[in-house]
Amino acid sequence: MNHPITLTVNATEYTGTVEARLLLSDFLRHDLDLTGTHVGCEHGVCGACTVLLDGAPVRSCLVFAVQANGRQVTTVEGLSTGPRPEQMHPLQTGFWEAHGLQCGYCTPGILMSIVPFLEENPEPSEAEIREALSGNLCRCTGYQKIVEAVQMGARLLRESRV
Amino acid sequence: MKPAAFDYFAPKSIDEALALLAQHGYDAKPLAGGQSLVPTMNFRLAQPAVLVDLNGINELFFIRENSAGLRIGAMTRQRTVERSPLVQRRAPLIHETMPHIAHPQIRNRGTFGGSLAHADPASELPVLAITLNARMRVQSSRGERWVNASDFYLDLFATDLQPDELLVEIDIPDLPARTGWAFDEVSRRHGDYAMAGAAATVTLAVDGTVAAARLVYLSVGDFPTEAFLAETALIGERPTSAALAAAAEIAATQDISPGGDIHASAAYRRHLAKVLAARVLARAVDRAVERSAERGSA
Ligand SMILES: Cc1cc2nc3c(=O)[nH]c(=O)nc-3n(C[C@H](O)[C@H](O)[C@H](O)COP(=O)(O)OP(=O)(O)OC[C@H]3O[C@@H](n4cnc5c(N)ncnc54)[C@H](O)[C@@H]3O)c2cc1C
Ligand code: FES
Ligand code: FES
Repeated sequence: MNHPITLTVNATEYTGTVEARLLLSDFLRHDLDLTGTHVGCEHGVCGACTVLLDGAPVRSCLVFAVQANGRQVTTVEGLSTGPRPEQMHPLQTGFWEAHGLQCGYCTPGILMSIVPFLEENPEPSEAEIREALSGNLCRCTGYQKIVEAVQMGARLLRESRV
Repeated sequence: MKPAAFDYFAPKSIDEALALLAQHGYDAKPLAGGQSLVPTMNFRLAQPAVLVDLNGINELFFIRENSAGLRIGAMTRQRTVERSPLVQRRAPLIHETMPHIAHPQIRNRGTFGGSLAHADPASELPVLAITLNARMRVQSSRGERWVNASDFYLDLFATDLQPDELLVEIDIPDLPARTGWAFDEVSRRHGDYAMAGAAATVTLAVDGTVAAARLVYLSVGDFPTEAFLAETALIGERPTSAALAAAAEIAATQDISPGGDIHASAAYRRHLAKVLAARVLARAVDRAVERSAERGSA
């Protein structure tokens, strides 16, 4: 059974027809070609597929695309204002400068978890950052550099707003 | 992996959802937050032919208070419950426990009723429902009934819900006067399912002895496990650390028979059960003492 859907992804409206069983993660990657959203486990554990649904971070592997009908989705592609390094989101700059990634598989999910976290808590402690990262697995970095990247990103974000 | 094909319905009202469940019976499953159902569908452990999505039913999303306690709609997101000042004030045990459930990204989608209906033996909310004497309002196209939380959990992932029934609302009575509460658990990493966890409430009599106590465990059996013998042992006692330690010993050795798995051996679960019982009982007693003083009751 196919279902017509209309949704907004990164401020662009898309209309399409989807099978009910199509996961939002696969809709984003295969139908919209937004391959920044990564898929690691498809059971909610790794966090690589995290996107914002109406502004709140969720696992896109645990939402059906048909459920996003009429909603706003933000993916990692929606963070920067353009393709040049200086157009990156301050948190992305933090990851770049502080070496917050190695293979980068976990990075989009971490960015999409931490962007809303910093909106609510612009000056987090290290413990709060570690807690906010606890829903995202990284197999490369040992997390230390990620924590430092978030600290730098938080600072850059605060500075960008004064 | 990807889920098997299914027919999808997104009803706008409880009545519409109940009609769909009545029509499709065992082939249909309600879809709440999807944080347990969709993983099992992705692995094809579950292959429901029909999904009845509850996310568009506005009347299932609410937190209300009345003179006797709280009413929480089944579809209320776990994150909403966690952040509700009403829940913090009227059901502080729930407020204290919510951050232990998975991660914010999961709680943004996962629902209060979905967790209660799913009946995972490692989940926190069923344990709280029993500890707090919650009641479940269950509806089907045949009518409605109320089920006490203590009668709701029948087996591993099995509740009293029939295939055509929906859990629609949960009634959570206020704690009695002079009552303290506490929750604690041990998990390998923050947000993981716990290897063991415990909730307690303790009510003190005017003379400072224990008038009533509840101690309920998660992850030490196939469903929430109440430590009846430990509770009974505390009644009438002064809540000294020796009395609490004795109750914790009874709970860990007589009330439960945990199994072992890759996460924790049976012996280690018993050890955790004892440590957790001592901790939550002590915190509950402290709070009961505070609350007795606050109320100025003689
Ligand atoms: C990585 C990860 C970690 C997690 N960690 C924890 C944890 O530490 N503790 C914990 O408790 N949970 C944990 N969860 C599970 C999470 O809390 C789920 O949200 C919850 O168990 C199910 O709620 P749901 O709303 O997502 O329900 P769904 O997944 O949509 O449904 C679960 C089941 O309940 C049925 N159902 C749902 N709502 C109703 C209703 N109103 N009436 C009748 N039947 C209904 C469905 O048909 C289905 O069979 C975790 C999940 C993930 C992915
Ligand atoms: S792919 Fe969604 S959480 Fe791992
Ligand atoms: S950088 Fe490789 S998984 Fe995180």
